[in-house]
Amino acid sequence: MTETLTIGFLPLVDAALPILAKEHGFAEEVGLNLEFLRDMSWATVLDRLLYGHADAAHLLAPLAIATTLGIGRPARPLSVPFVLGLNGNAITVSNDLAGKLQPEGGLGNAEEVGKRLAKVVEPSGRRLCFGVVHRHSSHNYMLRYWLAACGIRPDRDIDIVTVAPPYAADALESGEVDGICVGEPWNSVSVERGVGRIVLTTAQIWRRGVEKVLAVPTAKLEEKRDAFERLIVAMRRAGEHFVDPANWEANAEILARPEYVGADPALIHHAISDRLRLQQGGELIHYPDFMFQFREAANFPWVSQAGWLYAQMMRWERRGFDREASEKAMAVFRPDIYRAALSGRDSPLPGASSKVEGGIAAPLGVSAQQGRLVLSPDKFFDGKTFDPEKLEAYLSSLDQ
Amino acid sequence: MRIAIVDESEMRASIIEDGLADLPDCEIFVITQRLGLMARMDEIQPDVVLIDLGNPSRDVLEEYFAVSRALAKPIAMFVDESDDDAIAASIDAGVSAYVVDGLSTGRIRPLVDVAVRRFNAFSRMQSDLAEARGQLAERENIDRAKRLLMNSKGLSEPEAYKELRSQAMRSSKRIAEVAEALVMAQEILGGAA
Repeated sequence: MTETLTIGFLPLVDAALPILAKEHGFAEEVGLNLEFLRDMSWATVLDRLLYGHADAAHLLAPLAIATTLGIGRPARPLSVPFVLGLNGNAITVSNDLAGKLQPEGGLGNAEEVGKRLAKVVEPSGRRLCFGVVHRHSSHNYMLRYWLAACGIRPDRDIDIVTVAPPYAADALESGEVDGICVGEPWNSVSVERGVGRIVLTTAQIWRRGVEKVLAVPTAKLEEKRDAFERLIVAMRRAGEHFVDPANWEANAEILARPEYVGADPALIHHAISDRLRLQQGGELIHYPDFMFQFREAANFPWVSQAGWLYAQMMRWERRGFDREASEKAMAVFRPDIYRAALSGRDSPLPGASSKVEGGIAAPLGVSAQQGRLVLSPDKFFDGKTFDPEKLEAYLSSLDQ
Repeated sequence: MRIAIVDESEMRASIIEDGLADLPDCEIFVITQRLGLMARMDEIQPDVVLIDLGNPSRDVLEEYFAVSRALAKPIAMFVDESDDDAIAASIDAGVSAYVVDGLSTGRIRPLVDVAVRRFNAFSRMQSDLAEARGQLAERENIDRAKRLLMNSKGLSEPEAYKELRSQAMRSSKRIAEVAEALVMAQEILGGAA
């Protein structure tokens, strides 16, 4: 019997896996009918998830943690059994600012661009303002991580505000913001319109940064456990299809449809093939692993990733470390469900559920519960590492 | 009580405004523009903010409530947890309410109820309108198809209609669909018929 699951999403390229699981019949193969609810704000995606319109949602990973901890609204427990992808975001700044940060053109180096930005920030009378898609987003945390490591103090030297992704290009054009950190296709839309230049990708800040996740109310996950395990199987198949260059064009066409992302298929094709046009009329450049998917257990919900996000949340909310909250935050990521779903199938499963983030400098074979698993470098641009066992010490080592 | 209605649909905003006007001691402000939304909030200093769920500015608004010091009284995301049914009803209707901290549920509830009823009424009106528009378009297509048949085959109007009907029955389609196909074919052939 076919069971229906309804999934809420925002029109972004990284909502790809559940959409392709439906469109290519991978969901149907495991007895699932997927329905989608397209919304225009994370607040609405979350409301519909919490009030039962949707069974699961394409969600910002930190928002799933904040919702569970009750930051910003009453606490409601969410679980993340699957990561929808890593990175795929970029930093686009106004043409004027780009001329100061990356005068030679091309993609910058995170450290160099940061140094130049610090020089712009220092003497200028007007405070610069950057837009991110949500307060509880990896965009916000990656941007802040980069700024702080370059000696720029967020909220003191520079303002960071929330901008809805569809309006990011407008906000750059009108001067409301000087830069944006947003997912695709919204950087490319700004470039095509000639209102800004892409100077960095978030993959340059953290080579393997966790991005959107599949979030499910914890009670719903228990109630429909079997269906969600099958959904994980279907999304892994979709991921395998997504990374195969032979399918890029067809997948870009599907994702571009008005009921999904509703954007130019060419721009979506660029994003899923790791290519970007950095400035209007410029050449397409290839930046490997701009949007990292499927390979190297990219969909595995590492507990340490949740720990890193929790640490950034405490850092910027200026709250202290709380052991109970940190454990609750890390328990949002559910490697146990991911393992149960894929056990005995051809997806590799790591032996551990947590790792030192940013600790891999060269390809490293890791112990696996099943299959073979080699992880590529996952460094942060400043060379720092995050050990979830030493979360408190990590937090106190960071500048605020 | 100062109520701000944030809605890009002016028509819906005015329908809600109209409903709330009956409540005692309410001052209502309607904001339909995205630009300058936060500055308007600073000016209005609302006790209650109603915003439609489809509005892309919801995240921006929540961020503003969470961090802004411009508001004299902090605004909470929802009425309170005990009022879960009211929240569920408002989500179903497509509207969300943000309320100044400490405002009693007794004062909020009637207001949210009105907003929910008005939102539901607006959705019904929209679907009725869409249906009416569809019917109108169908009738126009049938008239155009009849005229095409009358001109090209020299039929009378009743004969043209009969022709459409029998074609519809043969292909198990609705008359409106057959008419639409004929009109479209004629457009593609560039008026050759």
